[in-house]
Amino acid sequence: MRRYLLGRLWQSIVTLILATIVVFVGVRALPGDPALALAGEDRDPESLRAIREQYGLDDSLLVQFWQFVSHAARGDLGQSIRTGESVTTMIANALPVTIELSVLAILVASVLGVGAGVVAAVRRGRPAEWAANALALLGLSVPNFWLGLMAILYLSVALGLFPASGFVPFFTDPVGNLHHLILPALILGTGLAAVIMRQTRSSMLDALSADYIRTAEAKGLSPRAVIGRHALRNSLIVVVTIVGLQLGALISGAVVTERIFALPGFGKLTVDAVFQRDYPVIQAVVLVTAAAYILINLLVDLLYSVIDPRIRVRGDA
Amino acid sequence: MNTVLEVKNLSVTFRTEDGTLSAVDRVSLEVGESEVLAVVGESGCGKSVSAMSLAGLLPRTATVAGSVKLDGIELIGADKRTLRSIRGREMAYIFQEPMTSLNPVFTVGHQIAEVLRTHIGLSRQAARDRSVELLKLVGIPSAERRVGDYPHQLSGGMRQRVMIAMAVACDPKVLIADEPTTALDVTIQAGILDVLRELRERLGTSIVLITHDLGVVADLADRVAVMYARRVVETAEVHELFSRPQHPYTAGLLGASPAAGRHAETHRLNEIPGLVPVLAEQPDACTFADRCPRALDTCTASEPNLTPGPHRVACWNPVREPVEV
Amino acid sequence: MAITDVTVTAGTPLRSNRRRVVRRMLRNPLAISGLVVLGLAVVLAVFAPWLAPHEPTQTHLDQAFAPPGTAGYLLGTDDLGRDVLARIMYGLRASLHVGLLAVATSLAIGVPLGLMAGYFRAIDALISRFTDLVLAFPFLILAVGLAAIRGASLGNAAIAIGIAQIPGVIRIVRSETLRLKSLDFVAAAIVEGAGDAWVLGRHILPNAASVIIVQATVAIPAAILGEAVLSFLGLGIQPPAPSLGTMLSDAQQFAARAPWAAVMPGVAIMLLTLAFNVVGDSLRDALDPKASRR
Repeated sequence: MRRYLLGRLWQSIVTLILATIVVFVGVRALPGDPALALAGEDRDPESLRAIREQYGLDDSLLVQFWQFVSHAARGDLGQSIRTGESVTTMIANALPVTIELSVLAILVASVLGVGAGVVAAVRRGRPAEWAANALALLGLSVPNFWLGLMAILYLSVALGLFPASGFVPFFTDPVGNLHHLILPALILGTGLAAVIMRQTRSSMLDALSADYIRTAEAKGLSPRAVIGRHALRNSLIVVVTIVGLQLGALISGAVVTERIFALPGFGKLTVDAVFQRDYPVIQAVVLVTAAAYILINLLVDLLYSVIDPRIRVRGDA
Repeated sequence: MNTVLEVKNLSVTFRTEDGTLSAVDRVSLEVGESEVLAVVGESGCGKSVSAMSLAGLLPRTATVAGSVKLDGIELIGADKRTLRSIRGREMAYIFQEPMTSLNPVFTVGHQIAEVLRTHIGLSRQAARDRSVELLKLVGIPSAERRVGDYPHQLSGGMRQRVMIAMAVACDPKVLIADEPTTALDVTIQAGILDVLRELRERLGTSIVLITHDLGVVADLADRVAVMYARRVVETAEVHELFSRPQHPYTAGLLGASPAAGRHAETHRLNEIPGLVPVLAEQPDACTFADRCPRALDTCTASEPNLTPGPHRVACWNPVREPVEV
Repeated sequence: MAITDVTVTAGTPLRSNRRRVVRRMLRNPLAISGLVVLGLAVVLAVFAPWLAPHEPTQTHLDQAFAPPGTAGYLLGTDDLGRDVLARIMYGLRASLHVGLLAVATSLAIGVPLGLMAGYFRAIDALISRFTDLVLAFPFLILAVGLAAIRGASLGNAAIAIGIAQIPGVIRIVRSETLRLKSLDFVAAAIVEGAGDAWVLGRHILPNAASVIIVQATVAIPAAILGEAVLSFLGLGIQPPAPSLGTMLSDAQQFAARAPWAAVMPGVAIMLLTLAFNVVGDSLRDALDPKASRR
């Protein structure tokens, strides 16, 4: 168990180092003089020299890389060339919105996906399964940003059920915060819910035909205990894996969702940075995303071993 | 001896895409108090399906007819709630695959305690203590420690002991053991059979032992029912059956098994020629007639019924001479 | 010479399999309707220059916000009076273009890497580090980076999506290679002294074809959705060229006034991806020997 964890940790570190190199090389691959790009419109020789100084662009690549890593490790991701604000601060302000949105979306998707998946597996060959399958197929095929537009158009603008855009911090107004986030979370969660539903259905079907389910029935357990405890517990292992695998899609989806609902999150920061050619911000955003992805996947693996005793406790039989 | 389990004319059919298949045909059995009844037959003869049908464990596609009485209570057609209260409490099962019959994500203690909590309503702590006692009862060493183990940490034999502990947790009247030793090494088999024998003696549990292994039958059973192609063809007390088999199929089955003291040079194992008829065929004849060396014209014209008495056989031309041992 | 014999035995089950798969597909009404929708979409996209009632970028300011059903504008017009139907047809072109280009990119890189990872144990770990690395950059972030370096364009969007799909291809091809490697006919070829390249190219790749095809039918709709997202954000195709994604982002501003301009392109994307997903699902079921059970 410990060896497995250390191995996973080591792999994560290697990936993180590689990702950092990719980002570093990517920035050096900017067309033309990086100093020009970093300077944006402010191109007098004085500020160019300052930028070269700040980024050490006259040093060797290795020295530059070391500078880059050591600054990043100290939480210094540079300054925005648009606002002069510290990029670290900008990210620290935007990240909580995105994290809350994503966590809500995962919750919504898990509840809907697992629920529908269980129903589809238990009600095999009945209308309920058919309906759940059709919904999942739709959920996979519908572009979620379009669904978001439709929701704003018909639920927010026409019916006034939800605010169409904007954000209230949770600690200022928890109810308003959820009111603003529930629709975006639903929209962001649709695709994930569909994937979770299909996976839950197929792993529930596997579980329900397993010998240990026959044992549970022979023990005289209620259908609720048989399905809810014995079959579902095994299927949930798969769901955790799916969430880990779908994380990249979720991050991408969050960017679009924030754009549609005008949420001041990480995604908006990213898109704005691209259009303003704010390279320090782009570089930081890409790096932070990669690091977050690697970290979360490590956590998912840990969670995986908590749920599945076959990984947690090595058999001594 | 009181009859605990009485099965009369039990028939099971399955609805499939290709029509209705008969899996069990008018099977009648009786099991007395603390008696071990072995049900013997080849794969696909309907013995496992019969066993599963007793407590209503077959899938929705199955239709069960006839009567199954446990201590006088009719189980066929009983509502699901009643059946659930009987399963695991009055009638418990042990299955063939100890590797997969336990849920991999729960500790064995949890899985045993679950039965106790469901049927007897024991508290968490009491159920756990009782689980430890049960593990000791089935001969698991350092039970206090093992109770917190997951199935994958135990060997096949140990898992089968856990299955038995789970089955006898509520002191059931009847234990149905479906091929309990088939998946285990020969050396482990003996231990499991010892546990079953001891349980019968200490708890007075009646056992229905489903098996195709005549060695296991000789070791544990009091009485034997031989099944062939969905039907019971012969039942008798175990020594009687082994020494004086009357149905040609039983005789063939005994001839196809190796026995101590026989040498391969002088006593070749005999095979029964032909194949077991497929389930869909329902000829108005003895199902064994095609393969039977003693078949008469009657055998293909009408089907024989079981004779009355302690040694019952369904055959128009039974074997009368005892088998030389 | 013995090797050719093995090739024949390896090829035979493949062919009879193919006929069975086609038969199973044609028995499934859902699969047929999916194929019909796909065929229609391809025809509309390929022959758009001849079939479209208007130029997709031509504005008719006097006809702005014409509702669907207006004479000459079957699906209505947008804020500049551009024909929604014509733009959808050209948008389908962009969608299919990116869908195929992205998947071709991911297969071109992913299949060889997957084969090698499954076949040569020595480089398996190396390739899985590469997979981890690519996974650490979600496709949108990759697209953001590419757009920053090379500028936003349809081609860069396709490359970003294609790169993001490589890990999935590697994973599937790798596990199929591992499975096939353990089968008797491959072992026989190895024992008979066939070279690694021969075994991979002649025995493993043809038999892995079916899982690769299924993966492609899942990846194409994902890429189409990806293109729509990137174009919606302005990271894909550049205006005024039409894409279903840019149509939606344009329509967002006047959605309340002309909802059809926001509804129609979305329905088009959904039908297209739905058709691909339905065909992919039924293909997987048809290839799955356990499908009758499920």
